[in-house]
Amino acid sequence: MLTSEGPSAGAASSKLVLEHISKSFQTSSLTVQALDDVTLRIAEGEFVCLVGPSGCGKSTLLNIIAGLDRPDRGLVQADGHTIAGPGPHRLMMFQEAALFPWLTVLGNVLFGLKLSNKLTAAERQEKAEYFLELVGLKRFMHSNVHELSGGMKQRVALARALAPNPSVLLMDEPFGALDALTREQLYGDIQRIWSQHRKTIVFVTHNVREAVCLGDRVILFSPNPGRIREEFAIPLPRPRDINSVDLARYATEITRVLKGYVQTEVAG
Amino acid sequence: MIVRWLSASLFFLALLAAWHLAVKAKIWSPLLLPSPVSVFDYLRSAVEDGTLWEATAVTVRRLLIGYGLGILAGIPLGLLTASSRWSQDTIGVLALGLQTLPSVCWVPLALLWFGQTESAMLFVVVMGTLWSLILATDNGVRTIPPIYTRAARSMGSTGLHTWTHVVLPASLPFLLSGMKQGWAFAWRSLMAAEIFVTILTGFGLGHLLHYGRELNAMDQVVGIMFVIVIIGLAVDKVLFAPIERFLHRRWGTGRP
Repeated sequence: MLTSEGPSAGAASSKLVLEHISKSFQTSSLTVQALDDVTLRIAEGEFVCLVGPSGCGKSTLLNIIAGLDRPDRGLVQADGHTIAGPGPHRLMMFQEAALFPWLTVLGNVLFGLKLSNKLTAAERQEKAEYFLELVGLKRFMHSNVHELSGGMKQRVALARALAPNPSVLLMDEPFGALDALTREQLYGDIQRIWSQHRKTIVFVTHNVREAVCLGDRVILFSPNPGRIREEFAIPLPRPRDINSVDLARYATEITRVLKGYVQTEVAG
Repeated sequence: MIVRWLSASLFFLALLAAWHLAVKAKIWSPLLLPSPVSVFDYLRSAVEDGTLWEATAVTVRRLLIGYGLGILAGIPLGLLTASSRWSQDTIGVLALGLQTLPSVCWVPLALLWFGQTESAMLFVVVMGTLWSLILATDNGVRTIPPIYTRAARSMGSTGLHTWTHVVLPASLPFLLSGMKQGWAFAWRSLMAAEIFVTILTGFGLGHLLHYGRELNAMDQVVGIMFVIVIIGLAVDKVLFAPIERFLHRRWGTGRP
Protein backbone atom coordinates (compact mmCIF):
# COMPACT_ATOMS: atom_id res chain seq x y z
CA MET A 1 0.00 0.00 0.00
CA LEU A 2 2.84 2.35 0.83
CA THR A 3 5.00 1.30 -2.12
CA SER A 4 6.61 3.68 -4.58
CA GLU A 5 4.11 6.35 -5.30
CA GLY A 6 6.27 9.45 -5.49
CA PRO A 7 9.55 9.89 -7.32
CA SER A 8 11.62 10.63 -4.23
CA ALA A 9 12.20 7.89 -1.72
CA GLY A 10 12.48 10.46 1.07
CA ALA A 11 9.02 11.83 0.43
CA ALA A 12 7.49 8.36 0.20
CA SER A 13 8.70 7.36 3.64
CA SER A 14 7.56 10.62 5.24
CA LYS A 15 4.34 10.25 7.14
CA LEU A 16 3.97 13.98 7.62
CA VAL A 17 5.42 16.65 5.39
CA LEU A 18 5.38 20.32 6.33
CA GLU A 19 6.93 22.79 3.92
CA HIS A 20 7.43 26.52 4.42
CA ILE A 21 4.61 26.87 6.89
CA SER A 22 3.78 30.40 8.05
CA LYS A 23 0.96 31.43 10.31
CA SER A 24 0.17 34.67 12.06
CA PHE A 25 -2.56 35.65 14.50
CA GLN A 26 -4.33 38.95 14.79
CA THR A 27 -4.93 40.02 18.37
CA SER A 28 -6.76 43.22 19.25
CA SER A 29 -3.58 45.28 19.33
CA LEU A 30 -0.95 43.47 17.28
CA THR A 31 -0.11 40.73 14.82
CA VAL A 32 1.79 37.75 16.18
CA GLN A 33 3.91 35.76 13.79
CA ALA A 34 3.38 32.30 15.34
CA LEU A 35 5.22 30.35 12.66
CA ASP A 36 7.70 31.58 10.10
CA ASP A 37 8.79 29.35 7.23
CA VAL A 38 8.79 26.06 9.12
CA THR A 39 9.78 22.94 7.23
CA LEU A 40 9.67 19.52 8.84
CA ARG A 41 9.42 15.90 7.75
CA ILE A 42 8.33 13.17 10.07
CA ALA A 43 8.74 9.50 9.22
CA GLU A 44 6.18 6.79 9.73
CA GLY A 45 6.35 5.45 13.28
CA GLU A 46 8.66 8.21 14.45
CA PHE A 47 8.39 9.85 17.86
CA VAL A 48 9.19 13.54 17.42
CA CYS A 49 9.23 16.09 20.22
CA LEU A 50 8.81 19.80 19.57
CA VAL A 51 10.47 21.85 22.29
CA GLY A 52 10.60 25.55 22.91
CA PRO A 53 9.49 28.31 25.25
CA SER A 54 5.83 29.24 25.28
CA GLY A 55 4.75 31.36 22.36
CA CYS A 56 7.12 29.73 19.90
CA GLY A 57 4.32 28.37 17.77
CA LYS A 58 4.78 24.68 18.52
CA SER A 59 1.17 24.20 19.57
CA THR A 60 0.04 26.11 16.49
CA LEU A 61 2.05 23.70 14.37
CA LEU A 62 0.33 20.80 16.09
CA ASN A 63 -3.08 22.32 15.42
CA ILE A 64 -2.14 22.72 11.77
CA ILE A 65 -1.13 19.05 11.53
CA ALA A 66 -4.40 18.13 13.26
CA GLY A 67 -6.27 20.16 10.68
CA LEU A 68 -7.84 22.35 13.37
CA ASP A 69 -5.98 25.37 12.00
CA ARG A 70 -4.94 26.34 8.48
CA PRO A 71 -1.51 27.77 7.69
CA ASP A 72 -1.37 31.17 5.97
CA ARG A 73 1.27 29.83 3.60
CA GLY A 74 2.90 26.49 3.00
CA LEU A 75 2.13 22.86 2.41
CA VAL A 76 0.95 20.27 4.96
CA GLN A 77 0.63 16.67 3.89
CA ALA A 78 -0.14 13.41 5.59
CA ASP A 79 0.57 10.25 3.59
CA GLY A 80 1.08 12.40 0.52
CA HIS A 81 -2.32 14.07 0.76
CA THR A 82 -2.84 17.69 1.66
CA ILE A 83 -4.49 18.08 5.05
CA ALA A 84 -7.77 19.91 4.59
CA GLY A 85 -9.39 19.41 7.98
CA PRO A 86 -9.43 17.31 11.12
CA GLY A 87 -9.77 13.59 10.76
CA PRO A 88 -9.64 10.41 12.79
CA HIS A 89 -6.23 9.46 11.37
CA ARG A 90 -4.60 12.28 13.29
CA LEU A 91 -5.92 12.52 16.83
CA MET A 92 -5.05 15.21 19.30
CA MET A 93 -4.43 15.03 23.04
CA PHE A 94 -4.50 18.23 25.04
CA GLN A 95 -2.90 19.52 28.22
CA GLU A 96 -6.23 19.43 30.01
CA ALA A 97 -7.67 16.00 29.45
CA ALA A 98 -10.68 17.56 27.64
CA LEU A 99 -12.78 14.56 28.64
CA PHE A 100 -16.51 15.08 28.36
CA PRO A 101 -18.04 15.31 31.85
CA TRP A 102 -21.48 14.20 30.67
CA LEU A 103 -20.14 10.80 29.63
CA THR A 104 -18.67 8.00 31.70
CA VAL A 105 -15.07 6.92 31.20
CA LEU A 106 -16.27 4.25 28.77
CA GLY A 107 -18.56 6.72 27.00
CA ASN A 108 -15.61 9.03 26.43
CA VAL A 109 -13.53 6.28 24.84
CA LEU A 110 -16.51 5.24 22.71
CA PHE A 111 -17.05 8.79 21.42
CA GLY A 112 -14.33 8.66 18.77
CA LEU A 113 -15.07 5.03 17.93
CA LYS A 114 -18.67 5.85 17.15
CA LEU A 115 -17.50 8.54 14.75
CA SER A 116 -14.66 7.01 12.87
CA ASN A 117 -15.51 3.43 12.09
CA LYS A 118 -18.19 1.22 10.73
CA LEU A 119 -17.99 -1.06 13.73
CA THR A 120 -20.82 -2.91 15.39
CA ALA A 121 -21.73 -1.90 18.92
CA ALA A 122 -20.11 -5.06 20.26
CA GLU A 123 -16.85 -4.40 18.40
CA ARG A 124 -16.77 -0.81 19.65
CA GLN A 125 -17.30 -1.97 23.19
CA GLU A 126 -14.54 -4.54 22.84
CA LYS A 127 -12.07 -1.99 21.45
CA ALA A 128 -12.90 0.57 24.11
CA GLU A 129 -12.37 -1.99 26.85
CA TYR A 130 -9.12 -3.15 25.24
CA PHE A 131 -7.65 0.38 25.26
CA LEU A 132 -8.85 1.08 28.77
CA GLU A 133 -7.11 -2.12 29.79
CA LEU A 134 -3.99 -0.93 27.96
CA VAL A 135 -3.84 2.24 30.06
CA GLY A 136 -4.72 0.25 33.17
CA LEU A 137 -8.13 1.75 33.83
CA LYS A 138 -10.62 -0.90 32.79
CA ARG A 139 -11.79 -1.13 36.38
CA PHE A 140 -12.92 2.48 36.14
CA MET A 141 -14.87 2.26 32.89
CA HIS A 142 -18.19 3.00 34.54
CA SER A 143 -16.79 5.83 36.67
CA ASN A 144 -17.54 9.47 36.14
CA VAL A 145 -14.78 11.71 34.89
CA HIS A 146 -14.73 13.88 38.02
CA GLU A 147 -13.95 10.83 40.12
CA LEU A 148 -10.55 10.36 38.45
CA SER A 149 -7.22 11.93 39.37
CA GLY A 150 -5.36 14.13 36.87
CA GLY A 151 -3.09 11.29 35.77
CA MET A 152 -6.01 8.92 35.33
CA LYS A 153 -7.83 11.50 33.24
CA GLN A 154 -4.85 11.78 30.91
CA ARG A 155 -4.74 8.00 30.67
CA VAL A 156 -8.40 7.97 29.64
CA ALA A 157 -7.67 10.73 27.13
CA LEU A 158 -4.85 8.56 25.77
CA ALA A 159 -7.18 5.57 25.46
CA ARG A 160 -9.77 7.79 23.77
CA ALA A 161 -7.16 9.00 21.27
CA LEU A 162 -5.80 5.50 20.59
CA ALA A 163 -9.13 3.71 20.24
CA PRO A 164 -10.08 4.90 16.71
CA ASN A 165 -6.67 3.58 15.61
CA PRO A 166 -5.17 6.84 14.29
CA SER A 167 -1.85 6.58 12.51
CA VAL A 168 -0.68 9.88 13.99
CA LEU A 169 -1.01 10.94 17.60
CA LEU A 170 -0.62 14.65 18.32
CA MET A 171 0.10 15.46 21.94
CA ASP A 172 0.02 19.05 23.18
CA GLU A 173 1.85 19.13 26.51
CA PRO A 174 -0.31 16.25 27.70
CA PHE A 175 1.55 15.76 30.97
CA GLY A 176 2.19 19.44 31.74
CA ALA A 177 -0.35 19.66 34.54
CA LEU A 178 0.63 16.44 36.31
CA ASP A 179 2.88 15.88 39.29
CA ALA A 180 6.36 14.43 38.75
CA LEU A 181 5.62 10.90 39.94
CA THR A 182 2.51 10.53 37.79
CA ARG A 183 4.45 11.91 34.83
CA GLU A 184 7.18 9.31 35.26
CA GLN A 185 4.58 6.53 35.20
CA LEU A 186 3.08 7.95 32.05
CA TYR A 187 6.51 8.19 30.35
CA GLY A 188 6.74 4.44 30.90
CA ASP A 189 3.20 3.86 29.65
CA ILE A 190 3.53 5.94 26.52
CA GLN A 191 6.83 4.27 25.54
CA ARG A 192 5.34 0.82 26.09
CA ILE A 193 2.23 1.65 24.06
CA TRP A 194 4.27 3.29 21.32
CA SER A 195 6.51 0.24 20.98
CA GLN A 196 3.46 -2.05 20.82
CA HIS A 197 1.35 0.03 18.45
CA ARG A 198 3.95 1.96 16.48
CA LYS A 199 2.09 5.22 16.01
CA THR A 200 3.69 8.31 14.57
CA ILE A 201 3.74 10.68 17.53
CA VAL A 202 4.30 14.43 17.52
CA PHE A 203 4.72 15.58 21.08
CA VAL A 204 4.83 19.22 22.14
CA THR A 205 6.46 20.14 25.43
CA HIS A 206 8.56 22.84 27.05
CA ASN A 207 10.24 20.26 29.24
CA VAL A 208 13.54 19.35 27.57
CA ARG A 209 14.13 16.30 29.75
CA GLU A 210 10.71 14.96 28.85
CA ALA A 211 11.44 15.48 25.17
CA VAL A 212 14.75 13.61 25.40
CA CYS A 213 13.10 10.80 27.33
CA LEU A 214 10.43 10.25 24.69
CA GLY A 215 11.65 11.44 21.30
CA ASP A 216 13.62 9.86 18.50
CA ARG A 217 14.24 13.42 17.48
CA VAL A 218 13.96 16.66 19.42
CA ILE A 219 13.15 19.76 17.37
CA LEU A 220 14.05 23.06 18.96
CA PHE A 221 11.83 26.09 18.37
CA SER A 222 12.47 29.73 19.21
CA PRO A 223 9.75 32.37 19.53
CA ASN A 224 8.92 35.69 17.83
CA PRO A 225 8.61 34.56 15.12
CA GLY A 226 8.25 30.83 15.70
CA ARG A 227 11.08 29.07 13.89
CA ILE A 228 12.85 25.73 13.96
CA ARG A 229 16.39 26.36 15.24
CA GLU A 230 18.01 23.01 15.65
CA GLU A 231 17.35 19.34 15.59
CA PHE A 232 18.81 16.64 17.83
CA ALA A 233 18.69 12.92 17.21
CA ILE A 234 18.40 10.94 20.44
CA PRO A 235 19.91 7.52 19.83
CA LEU A 236 19.46 6.28 23.41
CA PRO A 237 18.09 2.75 23.84
CA ARG A 238 14.48 2.25 24.97
CA PRO A 239 12.72 2.09 27.27
CA ARG A 240 14.34 5.21 28.66
CA ASP A 241 14.36 6.28 32.27
CA ILE A 242 13.88 10.01 32.77
CA ASN A 243 16.40 9.93 35.64
CA SER A 244 19.23 8.26 33.72
CA VAL A 245 22.59 10.02 33.44
CA ASP A 246 22.88 9.59 29.65
CA LEU A 247 19.54 11.24 29.20
CA ALA A 248 20.54 14.09 31.46
CA ARG A 249 23.61 14.78 29.30
CA TYR A 250 21.47 15.25 26.20
CA ALA A 251 18.98 17.35 28.12
CA THR A 252 21.71 19.61 29.50
CA GLU A 253 23.16 20.16 26.06
CA ILE A 254 19.79 20.97 24.48
CA THR A 255 18.83 23.26 27.34
CA ARG A 256 22.09 25.15 26.90
CA VAL A 257 21.39 25.67 23.20
CA LEU A 258 17.79 26.65 23.93
CA LYS A 259 18.89 29.28 26.46
CA GLY A 260 21.22 30.76 23.88
CA TYR A 261 18.28 31.38 21.54
CA VAL A 262 16.00 32.75 24.22
CA GLN A 263 18.72 35.16 25.40
CA THR A 264 19.49 36.41 21.89
CA GLU A 265 15.76 37.06 21.50
CA VAL A 266 15.64 39.07 24.69
CA ALA A 267 18.85 40.93 23.87
CA GLY A 268 17.82 41.55 20.28
CA MET B 1 -33.58 7.88 55.45
CA ILE B 2 -36.34 6.84 57.85
CA VAL B 3 -35.35 9.63 60.19
CA ARG B 4 -35.62 12.13 57.34
CA TRP B 5 -39.08 10.86 56.41
CA LEU B 6 -40.23 10.87 59.99
CA SER B 7 -39.06 14.37 60.77
CA ALA B 8 -40.56 15.71 57.55
CA SER B 9 -43.88 13.99 58.25
CA LEU B 10 -43.87 15.34 61.77
CA PHE B 11 -43.34 18.85 60.46
CA PHE B 12 -46.33 18.65 58.12
CA LEU B 13 -48.51 16.98 60.74
CA ALA B 14 -47.67 19.80 63.13
CA LEU B 15 -48.60 22.32 60.45
CA LEU B 16 -51.93 20.57 59.96
CA ALA B 17 -52.52 20.48 63.71
CA ALA B 18 -51.77 24.19 64.03
CA TRP B 19 -54.26 24.91 61.27
CA HIS B 20 -56.85 22.73 62.94
CA LEU B 21 -56.33 24.44 66.32
CA ALA B 22 -56.55 27.86 64.73
CA VAL B 23 -59.94 26.95 63.30
CA LYS B 24 -61.08 25.45 66.61
CA ALA B 25 -60.08 28.63 68.44
CA LYS B 26 -62.56 30.51 66.20
CA ILE B 27 -60.26 33.51 65.80
CA TRP B 28 -61.38 33.96 62.21
CA SER B 29 -64.74 33.25 60.65
CA PRO B 30 -64.94 29.81 58.94
CA LEU B 31 -65.76 31.77 55.78
CA LEU B 32 -62.22 33.13 55.82
CA LEU B 33 -60.41 30.12 57.22
CA PRO B 34 -61.98 26.74 56.42
CA SER B 35 -61.12 23.76 58.57
CA PRO B 36 -58.79 21.05 57.24
CA VAL B 37 -61.70 18.63 57.43
CA SER B 38 -63.96 20.72 55.18
CA VAL B 39 -61.12 21.19 52.66
CA PHE B 40 -60.57 17.47 52.65
CA ASP B 41 -64.33 16.90 52.23
CA TYR B 42 -64.40 19.25 49.25
CA LEU B 43 -61.44 17.51 47.61
CA ARG B 44 -63.04 14.12 48.17
CA SER B 45 -66.36 15.16 46.63
CA ALA B 46 -64.58 16.90 43.73
CA VAL B 47 -62.62 13.73 43.08
CA GLU B 48 -65.77 11.64 43.31
CA ASP B 49 -67.86 13.73 40.89
CA GLY B 50 -64.88 14.04 38.53
CA THR B 51 -64.58 17.85 38.42
CA LEU B 52 -61.13 17.83 40.01
CA TRP B 53 -59.71 15.25 37.61
CA GLU B 54 -61.18 17.04 34.65
CA ALA B 55 -59.85 20.45 35.67
CA THR B 56 -56.43 19.02 36.50
CA ALA B 57 -56.28 17.24 33.16
CA VAL B 58 -57.22 20.43 31.29
CA THR B 59 -54.61 22.52 33.11
CA VAL B 60 -51.80 19.95 32.96
CA ARG B 61 -52.47 19.33 29.29
CA ARG B 62 -52.16 23.03 28.47
CA LEU B 63 -49.05 23.22 30.49
CA LEU B 64 -47.30 20.18 29.04
CA ILE B 65 -48.09 21.04 25.43
CA GLY B 66 -47.19 24.72 25.81
CA TYR B 67 -44.08 23.98 27.84
CA GLY B 68 -43.00 21.30 25.38
CA LEU B 69 -43.45 23.65 22.43
CA GLY B 70 -41.52 26.37 24.26
CA ILE B 71 -38.60 24.01 24.89
CA LEU B 72 -38.66 22.61 21.36
CA ALA B 73 -38.51 26.10 19.89
CA GLY B 74 -36.31 27.68 22.56
CA ILE B 75 -33.31 25.34 22.40
CA PRO B 76 -32.73 25.60 18.62
CA LEU B 77 -33.24 29.36 18.76
CA GLY B 78 -30.76 29.59 21.64
CA LEU B 79 -28.22 27.59 19.62
CA LEU B 80 -28.84 29.97 16.76
CA THR B 81 -28.29 33.14 18.81
CA ALA B 82 -25.10 31.66 20.23
CA SER B 83 -23.71 30.79 16.83
CA SER B 84 -24.24 33.90 14.76
CA ARG B 85 -23.63 37.55 15.50
CA TRP B 86 -26.66 38.57 13.47
CA SER B 87 -29.16 36.38 15.30
CA GLN B 88 -27.62 37.41 18.60
CA ASP B 89 -28.24 41.06 17.74
CA THR B 90 -31.82 40.35 16.64
CA ILE B 91 -33.42 37.28 18.24
CA GLY B 92 -31.08 37.48 21.21
CA VAL B 93 -32.03 41.07 22.00
CA LEU B 94 -35.70 40.30 21.42
CA ALA B 95 -35.51 37.36 23.86
CA LEU B 96 -33.71 39.47 26.44
CA GLY B 97 -36.37 42.18 26.19
CA LEU B 98 -39.40 39.94 26.22
CA GLN B 99 -38.04 37.82 29.03
CA THR B 100 -38.24 40.82 31.33
CA LEU B 101 -41.94 41.15 30.51
CA PRO B 102 -44.01 39.30 33.14
CA SER B 103 -45.64 36.58 31.07
CA VAL B 104 -49.12 37.32 32.44
CA CYS B 105 -48.91 40.51 30.39
CA TRP B 106 -49.41 38.31 27.32
CA VAL B 107 -52.92 37.34 28.47
CA PRO B 108 -54.87 40.34 27.14
CA LEU B 109 -53.07 40.12 23.80
CA ALA B 110 -53.65 36.37 23.56
CA LEU B 111 -57.38 36.82 24.22
CA LEU B 112 -57.69 39.43 21.47
CA TRP B 113 -55.73 37.32 19.00
CA PHE B 114 -57.12 33.88 19.72
CA GLY B 115 -60.36 34.50 21.63
CA GLN B 116 -61.28 32.50 24.70
CA THR B 117 -59.72 29.33 23.33
CA GLU B 118 -57.05 26.71 24.02
CA SER B 119 -54.77 28.50 21.58
CA ALA B 120 -54.80 31.58 23.80
CA MET B 121 -53.78 29.52 26.81
CA LEU B 122 -51.06 27.69 24.88
CA PHE B 123 -49.75 30.99 23.58
CA VAL B 124 -49.40 32.35 27.11
CA VAL B 125 -47.57 29.24 28.28
CA VAL B 126 -45.24 29.23 25.28
CA MET B 127 -44.42 32.92 25.82
CA GLY B 128 -43.62 32.12 29.45
CA THR B 129 -41.24 29.32 28.50
CA LEU B 130 -39.64 30.36 25.24
CA TRP B 131 -37.53 33.39 26.17
CA SER B 132 -36.01 31.81 29.26
CA LEU B 133 -35.03 28.77 27.22
CA ILE B 134 -33.46 30.85 24.46
CA LEU B 135 -31.39 32.84 26.93
CA ALA B 136 -30.34 29.82 28.97
CA THR B 137 -29.30 27.83 25.89
CA ASP B 138 -27.42 30.80 24.49
CA ASN B 139 -25.64 31.35 27.79
CA GLY B 140 -24.84 27.65 28.12
CA VAL B 141 -23.35 27.39 24.67
CA ARG B 142 -21.19 30.48 25.22
CA THR B 143 -19.94 29.21 28.55
CA ILE B 144 -18.75 25.73 27.60
CA PRO B 145 -14.96 25.34 27.35
CA PRO B 146 -13.88 25.57 23.68
CA ILE B 147 -11.60 22.59 24.24
CA TYR B 148 -14.61 20.25 24.18
CA THR B 149 -15.51 21.17 20.63
CA ARG B 150 -11.85 21.14 19.60
CA ALA B 151 -11.40 17.65 21.01
CA ALA B 152 -14.59 16.50 19.29
CA ARG B 153 -13.55 18.04 15.97
CA SER B 154 -10.17 16.38 16.25
CA MET B 155 -11.99 13.06 16.52
CA GLY B 156 -13.91 13.83 13.34
CA SER B 157 -17.13 15.28 14.74
CA THR B 158 -18.62 17.96 12.49
CA GLY B 159 -21.69 20.15 12.09
CA LEU B 160 -24.90 18.80 13.53
CA HIS B 161 -23.12 15.96 15.33
CA THR B 162 -21.00 18.44 17.27
CA TRP B 163 -24.10 20.42 18.23
CA THR B 164 -26.14 17.45 19.39
CA HIS B 165 -23.38 15.34 20.94
CA VAL B 166 -21.09 17.97 22.41
CA VAL B 167 -22.51 21.48 22.63
CA LEU B 168 -25.96 20.52 23.92
CA PRO B 169 -24.88 17.99 26.54
CA ALA B 170 -22.06 20.29 27.64
CA SER B 171 -24.56 23.08 28.30
CA LEU B 172 -27.00 20.81 30.13
CA PRO B 173 -26.48 22.53 33.49
CA PHE B 174 -27.56 25.81 31.91
CA LEU B 175 -30.42 24.21 30.02
CA LEU B 176 -31.77 22.81 33.25
CA SER B 177 -31.81 26.16 35.00
CA GLY B 178 -33.47 27.67 31.94
CA MET B 179 -36.07 24.90 31.95
CA LYS B 180 -36.78 25.51 35.63
CA GLN B 181 -37.16 29.21 35.13
CA GLY B 182 -39.31 28.68 32.04
CA TRP B 183 -41.46 26.26 33.97
CA ALA B 184 -41.97 28.75 36.80
CA PHE B 185 -42.97 31.50 34.37
CA ALA B 186 -45.27 29.21 32.39
CA TRP B 187 -47.03 27.80 35.45
CA ARG B 188 -47.63 31.20 37.02
CA SER B 189 -48.89 32.79 33.83
CA LEU B 190 -51.22 29.90 33.06
CA MET B 191 -52.77 30.10 36.54
CA ALA B 192 -53.18 33.84 36.20
CA ALA B 193 -54.81 33.41 32.79
CA GLU B 194 -57.19 30.73 34.02
CA ILE B 195 -58.27 32.83 36.99
CA PHE B 196 -58.50 35.96 34.89
CA VAL B 197 -60.71 34.68 32.03
CA THR B 198 -63.15 31.91 31.35
CA ILE B 199 -61.86 29.74 28.57
CA LEU B 200 -64.77 28.14 26.81
CA THR B 201 -62.88 25.09 25.63
CA GLY B 202 -62.13 23.69 29.06
CA PHE B 203 -62.24 24.53 32.75
CA GLY B 204 -58.88 24.32 34.45
CA LEU B 205 -57.81 24.53 38.05
CA GLY B 206 -57.65 28.30 37.83
CA HIS B 207 -61.36 28.39 37.02
CA LEU B 208 -62.23 26.21 39.97
CA LEU B 209 -60.26 28.60 42.15
CA HIS B 210 -62.07 31.56 40.65
CA TYR B 211 -65.53 30.01 41.11
CA GLY B 212 -64.62 29.06 44.65
CA ARG B 213 -64.14 32.75 45.36
CA GLU B 214 -67.35 33.74 43.54
CA LEU B 215 -69.33 31.22 45.58
CA ASN B 216 -67.58 32.15 48.79
CA ALA B 217 -66.55 28.51 49.02
CA MET B 218 -63.33 28.90 50.95
CA ASP B 219 -62.88 25.13 51.26
CA GLN B 220 -62.79 24.94 47.46
CA VAL B 221 -60.29 27.81 47.20
CA VAL B 222 -57.90 26.31 49.69
CA GLY B 223 -58.42 22.80 48.30
CA ILE B 224 -57.51 23.89 44.78
CA MET B 225 -54.51 25.83 46.04
CA PHE B 226 -53.44 22.65 47.71
CA VAL B 227 -53.74 20.74 44.41
CA ILE B 228 -51.75 23.42 42.56
CA VAL B 229 -48.95 23.14 45.11
CA ILE B 230 -48.95 19.34 44.78
CA ILE B 231 -48.66 19.58 40.99
CA GLY B 232 -45.76 22.01 41.31
CA LEU B 233 -43.98 19.67 43.70
CA ALA B 234 -44.68 16.67 41.47
CA VAL B 235 -43.22 18.38 38.40
CA ASP B 236 -40.11 19.20 40.36
CA LYS B 237 -39.72 15.65 41.60
CA VAL B 238 -40.67 13.91 38.36
CA LEU B 239 -39.22 16.20 35.71
CA PHE B 240 -36.32 18.13 37.21
CA ALA B 241 -35.02 15.98 40.06
CA PRO B 242 -33.85 13.12 37.81
CA ILE B 243 -31.96 15.53 35.51
CA GLU B 244 -30.48 17.24 38.54
CA ARG B 245 -29.37 13.94 40.03
CA PHE B 246 -27.76 13.01 36.71
CA LEU B 247 -25.94 16.35 36.57
CA HIS B 248 -24.64 16.10 40.10
CA ARG B 249 -23.50 12.53 39.61
CA ARG B 250 -21.71 13.13 36.31
CA TRP B 251 -20.27 16.57 36.89
CA GLY B 252 -19.52 15.85 40.52
CA THR B 253 -21.20 19.02 41.69
CA GLY B 254 -23.69 19.99 44.31
CA ARG B 255 -25.32 18.38 47.26
CA PRO B 256 -23.92 15.43 49.19
